[in-house]
Amino acid sequence: MDVILGKIATLGPPLLLGAVTTVTITLVSLIIAIILGLTLALIQRARITWLNWIIAAYIELFRNTPVLAQLFIIYFGLPYLGYKIPSFLAAVIGLGLNGGAVLAEVFRAGIAAIHVGQREASLSVGMTPWMAMRYIILPQTWRMTLPPTGNYAIALFKDTAVVSAIAAPEIMFYARTLVASTFETAFIYLLVALIYFVLAFPMARLVDRLERQQRAWL
Amino acid sequence: MAALLRVDDLYKDFAGLKVLKGVSMTLERGHKTAIIGPSGCGKSTLLRCINYMETPTAGHIHLDGELFGETQNGGKYQRMSEKQLARQRSQVGMVFQGFYLWPHLNARDNVAIAPMKVRGMEKRAAYELADAMLEKVHMSHKRDEFPERLSGGQQQRVAIARALAQQPKLMLFDEPTSALDPELVGEVLKVIQELAAEGISMVLVTHEVRFARQVADHVIFLGDGVVVEEGAPDQVIGAPKHERLRSFLKQILEH
Repeated sequence: MDVILGKIATLGPPLLLGAVTTVTITLVSLIIAIILGLTLALIQRARITWLNWIIAAYIELFRNTPVLAQLFIIYFGLPYLGYKIPSFLAAVIGLGLNGGAVLAEVFRAGIAAIHVGQREASLSVGMTPWMAMRYIILPQTWRMTLPPTGNYAIALFKDTAVVSAIAAPEIMFYARTLVASTFETAFIYLLVALIYFVLAFPMARLVDRLERQQRAWL
Repeated sequence: MAALLRVDDLYKDFAGLKVLKGVSMTLERGHKTAIIGPSGCGKSTLLRCINYMETPTAGHIHLDGELFGETQNGGKYQRMSEKQLARQRSQVGMVFQGFYLWPHLNARDNVAIAPMKVRGMEKRAAYELADAMLEKVHMSHKRDEFPERLSGGQQQRVAIARALAQQPKLMLFDEPTSALDPELVGEVLKVIQELAAEGISMVLVTHEVRFARQVADHVIFLGDGVVVEEGAPDQVIGAPKHERLRSFLKQILEH
């Protein structure tokens, strides 16, 4: 028992330090993804053909290629254009762009699911199309898309593991370093899994609750 | 003084389908016109063109002497900007067949939000206005309820209060009772009748011919995109001249 506790005492702190980075990357990428996804979904509604074409190309490009490849292209490709960026920044840009493509589809579908009468009623009382979006459509879209967005956030949280490939100092990165110096492979990844679980499980419960609340509301 | 509402030679095509083929009508202040006709005759489209929920293919609308939905430059007409249009629409209240209350807001906020956001009213004043309007439609007791907890008739009455809160010059009713269970129709018609008695100007598209006769001072029978017959209710509904109107009334009143 003492041996195990001793191992945890030495291996735990660096892993927890990595966990802080993991959470930070998740939150920053999520914010980028939400802002980007919502912006793209709103632009798509303006029905400007060439713009929609570009957005569609972006979405398909990011949806149909591995995140790992995207991260490598950003991290190792940008220096060729003269922009050397730190791995943390490359990680949140890559995950943010990827998530933007996912959430743009979620929000687009969410907005489209609101009955056209909701918008007409807003216009009929003298709201501008923007006010209708802001006060009537988006608040309803928000509730409807909260569960899928939450599920995406959980997936994103676990997917941040891939950014260790570009040496961003998150959990996995520390885990690999520790394995290389201690050879405690199984034990270290058990701890890693435990840390992920402890952080992700409450999020999953929260999403479940939101889903149930949403059903009650509809 | 100009008529409150003037509709001039209105046409509306939907992708080649001609729904309105030259409809004109006028409404004086405080008057109530009912538009009746078989489904597909264009009566809802006509109503929706009046506040530019649909943009007419040709023809013009004047509200209170002012060109509606368009700007005129020399001889050329142009659809106005959404902002200008919103300002004009705020003078016209609309009640929909499907109510379309906003489900994320309670009854009171449904009524108060437009006064706050469109007219920039203070929250307190907007709530006072909302409470007064809910009182008018006998819904004060449900002001904190969300739409999903209200019956269809109650939802429609809140929707009427929402439109009234605009303090509109004109109210448009688009088949306000068609989506309701039969036992809930009466409470909505009663509210509309009370508003009519108050002297609120209205255009009412309805299937309720008997109600139209009671509440309207003018009835228009629309058939296939044109005005087939119009006049005083007792004349149009009581003594119809056209065969098409006669057979329509016979069908409706036999039920």
